Amino acid sequence: MIKSKSAIRASIIANIVLIIFALFAVLPFILLIISSLTDNQVAMVEGYSFFPSKLSLSAYKYLLDQWQMIGRGYFMTILVTVLGTTLSIVITSSFAYALSVPGLPGRQILMMMVIISMLFNGGIVASYYVYANFIHIKDTIWALIVPGFLMSAFNVILIRNYYVNNISGEILESARLDGAGEIRIFLRIVVPLSVPIYATIGLMSAVMYWNEWTNGLYYLTQRNGSHLYTIQMILNQINENISFMASNAAQLGITVDQSEMPSTTIRMAIAVVAIFPIVASFPFFQKYFVKGISIGGVKG
Amino acid sequence: MEKAAKKKKKIQWSKYIPVYIMALPGFIYLIINNYLPMFGVTIAFKDLDFKKGLLASPWAGFKNFEYLFRSKDALLITRNTVLYNVLFIFLGMFIGVTLAICLNELRSKLVMRTYQSAILIPYLMSWVIASYLVYALLAPDVGLLNKTILPALGMKPVNWYTTTGPWPLILTLANIWKSSGFGMVIYYSSIIGISTELYEAAEIDGASKWQQIKSITLPLLKPTIITLTILNLGRIFSSDFGLFYQVPKNSGILYPVTRTLDVYVYNALMNNNDFAMSSAASVYQAVVGFIFIMTANGIIRKVSSEDALF
Repeated sequence: MIKSKSAIRASIIANIVLIIFALFAVLPFILLIISSLTDNQVAMVEGYSFFPSKLSLSAYKYLLDQWQMIGRGYFMTILVTVLGTTLSIVITSSFAYALSVPGLPGRQILMMMVIISMLFNGGIVASYYVYANFIHIKDTIWALIVPGFLMSAFNVILIRNYYVNNISGEILESARLDGAGEIRIFLRIVVPLSVPIYATIGLMSAVMYWNEWTNGLYYLTQRNGSHLYTIQMILNQINENISFMASNAAQLGITVDQSEMPSTTIRMAIAVVAIFPIVASFPFFQKYFVKGISIGGVKG
Repeated sequence: MEKAAKKKKKIQWSKYIPVYIMALPGFIYLIINNYLPMFGVTIAFKDLDFKKGLLASPWAGFKNFEYLFRSKDALLITRNTVLYNVLFIFLGMFIGVTLAICLNELRSKLVMRTYQSAILIPYLMSWVIASYLVYALLAPDVGLLNKTILPALGMKPVNWYTTTGPWPLILTLANIWKSSGFGMVIYYSSIIGISTELYEAAEIDGASKWQQIKSITLPLLKPTIITLTILNLGRIFSSDFGLFYQVPKNSGILYPVTRTLDVYVYNALMNNNDFAMSSAASVYQAVVGFIFIMTANGIIRKVSSEDALF
């Protein structure tokens, strides 16, 4: 096909716009990686830079030496991600199944409950009060998994609609006539046919749990919950210590002892370690992730 | 339920018991996570005494709300939440549509995927990580801006975390950086649904690319744009806590331009243990948010009913 002049011009403009945005998106991330590889002394003098005069692996060596702190956070992140995603899929998929069983008494009421939960919530403080003072979730691992994220009303509806639209009612009906119980039907017929939607939603939920830090902020205390800190919580803690020290130092007129805190480059190295698994595996799950955004996007 | 039971007297409950058991964990979760907090709004009308507990604490009427709305904080946090959201919604829409149209002009799948993954990378990161990236740029002593870029331009270093002026711009850029990939993917998935025959016919008629975008792509994208925008406007009273809390590092000096409802509630509750103010603000957010969502949903039901929440 011979391209028209207008098509060539459009493709040039499209490429320019996309290159600018791609650089805007990626450059800060590259600065982070280079900063983590900069020699600490050089970083103090030259600042964070794309072209430091001396590179060094010392920040990563330090992380390996201090692996009990970072390693623990890493372990917690993985545990929370695996446990949270698995539980979330199990609870959501079976609840959604109940909403798809024709003639189930009370089905409409359950559906109404799901929809109302999307429209109104009691607010942050009410949720906090219920979880902290009623469920006593503070300083337990469940604090990182349960509040707010375990089952989203939107995913319930997404999965229910998948069951209704993609699984033939006739197959289910004939299984029922053959005397198969509902649990058996669910496990033998519905689950195997719904793997694509579980995978898509599970992936989104895994990325979310990996990046989660707000529940830790609300429900883990520094005194009794810090052994449960995920890597994101550790990074948040470093942030808070630094701004706490900086503001108090200014007030009291003392100089901050930099050696008390992770150095300029080590902080960046922790951040790199925290996102590396996600960014490195992104090319492999990009397709499913994009699908997840586009099915959930308009409403979610 | 009872009526239905009477009509078909032979409901086989035994058949349904397993289904109820399957629904039970989700049902309990809905009660704990969504319905108990709805009754928890009463905290805002109580003079909470932790020793007595919520139920035994004396009623306070609207006293907590009076405190909140007499303080100048209420107006400020409402203004910040709403204005930032309006700005983000319209900028996000414009950028998302632009990027999606550009992506659609590419012939090579590989090039398309490369751009797409680059622009989506920020979306994969938490706001905590994002705050480290911003810190690498803005740190007063070692940031890229103060150490390299400003000196190169012959300008003096700025103490970014204590200067309010640039923060509306910084927060807007951070928001664009993190979320434009998301918008791009949504609009792109709706553009590739447009039949290629329309474009082929337009090309035969000698329409330029710009004309094709103006008279095919944009009109067919309009329903998605409208739906998404209205739904986002429905959530105008809730702000992205991570953006406003992590990126400015919760710096008190910056509060006039960075504090939104969610940040205010968090600080009042967790740092000041002020149940009166925080519960009033959080109920205010929940109730006004509900009105916005219901309005948005009502409008959507008229515009395109299949996209409505109910």
